[in-house]
Amino acid sequence: MSSETKQILTTDGIPLEVSLKKAEKKNKIKAFLLVAPLLLFLFITYVFPIGEMFTRSVDDRMVTNMLPKTFKAMESWDGKELPQEEVFTAFYSDFKLLVENETQGKLGQRLNKEKNGFNTITKKLMRLIKRNKIDESQSIKEQIMKIHKRWANVEYWQAIKRTAPPYTMAKYLKGMDMYFAADGSIAQVDEDRRIHRILWLRTLEIALFVTIFCFLMGYPIAHLLATLPMKYSNLLMICVLLPFWTSLLVRTASWMILLQTQGVVNDFFVMIGLVADDNRPTMMYNKVGTYVAMTQILLPFMVLPLYSVMKTISPSLMRAGKSLGGTPFVAFWKVYFPLTIPGIGAGCLLVFILAIGYYITPALVGGASGTLISNQIAYHMKATLDWSFASAMGLMLLSGVLVIYWVYNKLVGVDNIKLG
Amino acid sequence: MSNNPEFVKFDKVDKSYDGKVLVVKDLQLDIAEGEFITMLGPSGSGKTTCLMMLAGFETPTNGEILLDGNIISNIPPHKRGIGMVFQNYALFPHMTVYENLAFPLRVRKMQKDEIDKKVDKALSMVSLNGFETRMPGQLSGGQQQRVAVARALVFDPAVVLMDEPLGALDKNLRESMQYEIKHIHESIGVTVVYVTHDQSEALTMSNRIAVFNDGKVQQLSNPSELYEKPVNSFVAEFIGENNTFNGEVSDISGGKCKVKLSNGEILATAISVKSKGEKTTVSLRPERALIDPSEKMDNMFSGKIEEVIYHGDHTRVRVNLLGNSEFILKVPNSTSNLELKVKQDIKIGWNSSDARALDPK
Repeated sequence: MSSETKQILTTDGIPLEVSLKKAEKKNKIKAFLLVAPLLLFLFITYVFPIGEMFTRSVDDRMVTNMLPKTFKAMESWDGKELPQEEVFTAFYSDFKLLVENETQGKLGQRLNKEKNGFNTITKKLMRLIKRNKIDESQSIKEQIMKIHKRWANVEYWQAIKRTAPPYTMAKYLKGMDMYFAADGSIAQVDEDRRIHRILWLRTLEIALFVTIFCFLMGYPIAHLLATLPMKYSNLLMICVLLPFWTSLLVRTASWMILLQTQGVVNDFFVMIGLVADDNRPTMMYNKVGTYVAMTQILLPFMVLPLYSVMKTISPSLMRAGKSLGGTPFVAFWKVYFPLTIPGIGAGCLLVFILAIGYYITPALVGGASGTLISNQIAYHMKATLDWSFASAMGLMLLSGVLVIYWVYNKLVGVDNIKLG
Repeated sequence: MSNNPEFVKFDKVDKSYDGKVLVVKDLQLDIAEGEFITMLGPSGSGKTTCLMMLAGFETPTNGEILLDGNIISNIPPHKRGIGMVFQNYALFPHMTVYENLAFPLRVRKMQKDEIDKKVDKALSMVSLNGFETRMPGQLSGGQQQRVAVARALVFDPAVVLMDEPLGALDKNLRESMQYEIKHIHESIGVTVVYVTHDQSEALTMSNRIAVFNDGKVQQLSNPSELYEKPVNSFVAEFIGENNTFNGEVSDISGGKCKVKLSNGEILATAISVKSKGEKTTVSLRPERALIDPSEKMDNMFSGKIEEVIYHGDHTRVRVNLLGNSEFILKVPNSTSNLELKVKQDIKIGWNSSDARALDPK
């Protein structure tokens, strides 16, 4: 009773909250309908593909679906010695079904990835089944073990068992140059085969340096843009944006023309006598070329957020700093610079994230050192068709970016980002 | 206090931004130590440029600026030791009130306890103790303004410049801040150079006012003289309200002159007219013309009321007088109020000593 009397009622006697909700409902529906197309678009083009990518990267149901009886029989197997007769029988009946459907080849390939040599012995087994050479009234175990000595090796049966779980993190381990050893523990691949770790480090290194170069070059440009009179700043802005209007490939190609050993830049160096004609420095197909081209291409992404922040800083603040006795440097460092941090954060984050996923430019200009993790992803998408591995590496890249974003949020605060 | 009458000196200063137009022309201005001087003028009259030259953000194209006898034209702003209050306060938004005030002291490498003492003193001067840890964004406009004033004074500068500091405040706050700044000036005796385009602000606060127009100082005098005795028609027009008659001098003798209008002749004090036949604009303050004056006045005319506007403490009456339909009278709303009606004919009189014959408009 007392709580009811406290409730505020409208003049019609309806509780105020109910009435308010009713009045706002129409607006809320309208607002939702307005953003609904975008939400749908985001879902279809972003949430759904990333979810799909994630399932693909851990999906290992192929073998599980192909050998259902085998895995059921293997549940009671301790995995230390050769399995019992039932396991062999279950495997034989599963495999026979695959041979009838002619899909046993996929199984052989998949198992071969788990343990080398599987392809040969599954093919042998297939041929015998096709010729009806297996006598189902006799011990299946004995007959299969006779086909090839590998069938009598416990390691091969262990390998089959390892493929039992429908999900696996093996692709992620492979992306970090690690694998599941026979006993199920995580092991490192041989030192001379650790290719992915080099690529990750190289990708991070290039992204980091490109971000630093972009910042060093972009800050003064943005400052100039924000302080010049309108007619000059418009012209400069066009110069900054000009690269956006040219195709990425064209720009990369023009850098190749400029930077090659017989290229324009080297010719110029020789002309002014900076280097000898027979001792031209290599500026392409190495990291120098990658840095130069990527910095130029990503520079606008640094300049624009910086510019938009600097534009809002009143020039009277610098004047105040100076009139209060600060030297121009002190006024800049204590007053101007701290106010541009939101722009620096936004610009660096943007450039770094774009650089970490860069692909065409380093591949063309960087030569052997230009293979980055994105190239590896593309290679597995197109050449080896190992989409689940490509997905795993893509997700690793994505989570790396998310970690950087999280660190940035802790250090500077995402609310401080200003993109314009 | 031994006041140096030439503490700040503009000596034949010219300033041009584009090499074509002079923004400041041959400025000759002396500012005494401890004085509150206001540069007043419409926008584009060169007053802010003068302030910026004094602060060191603009360099004079010609001439010198002297501070306490030393030429400062080549000294960079941060070495001049001049405090400045900016139009939009220019408080550092990423620093607390304390850090804002400590900034000029820290760059001067003062000790921490001395900084604390000075900041505390400056804040109590503008009655903002307890606001040390606030950010400027958390303060109201008036509080930000007071922080800006405190920051400009905290390092004991010899001169404080204020560039339309009250422009962004609402009317009531502006008035109370005017008194506050005036009292601060009186209590610490610092030299203040104040720039504004608000004439009432200039009249309430200043010791002397320099009226700028067209890059030149039109008149430099104390507030009452500026209002009572404008030397030319621009000043008369710009400061306060003003009734004007355009005519031609028909007779001149002993400081008085007769001015012939299109339909009538009035008697005025000759200020910038010298001889017969000169064109002139006669200026008369609205409150100096009386309706049905009891005493004898040497200008007596009759006119027709065009409009009566009630203003609370006074009533403004627009009259068609001697062919000027914009003639304004200010009638105080006292108990013995006159019945004023539109289309009524009334007698109006004023003394020739209040009517000043100035340069023609």
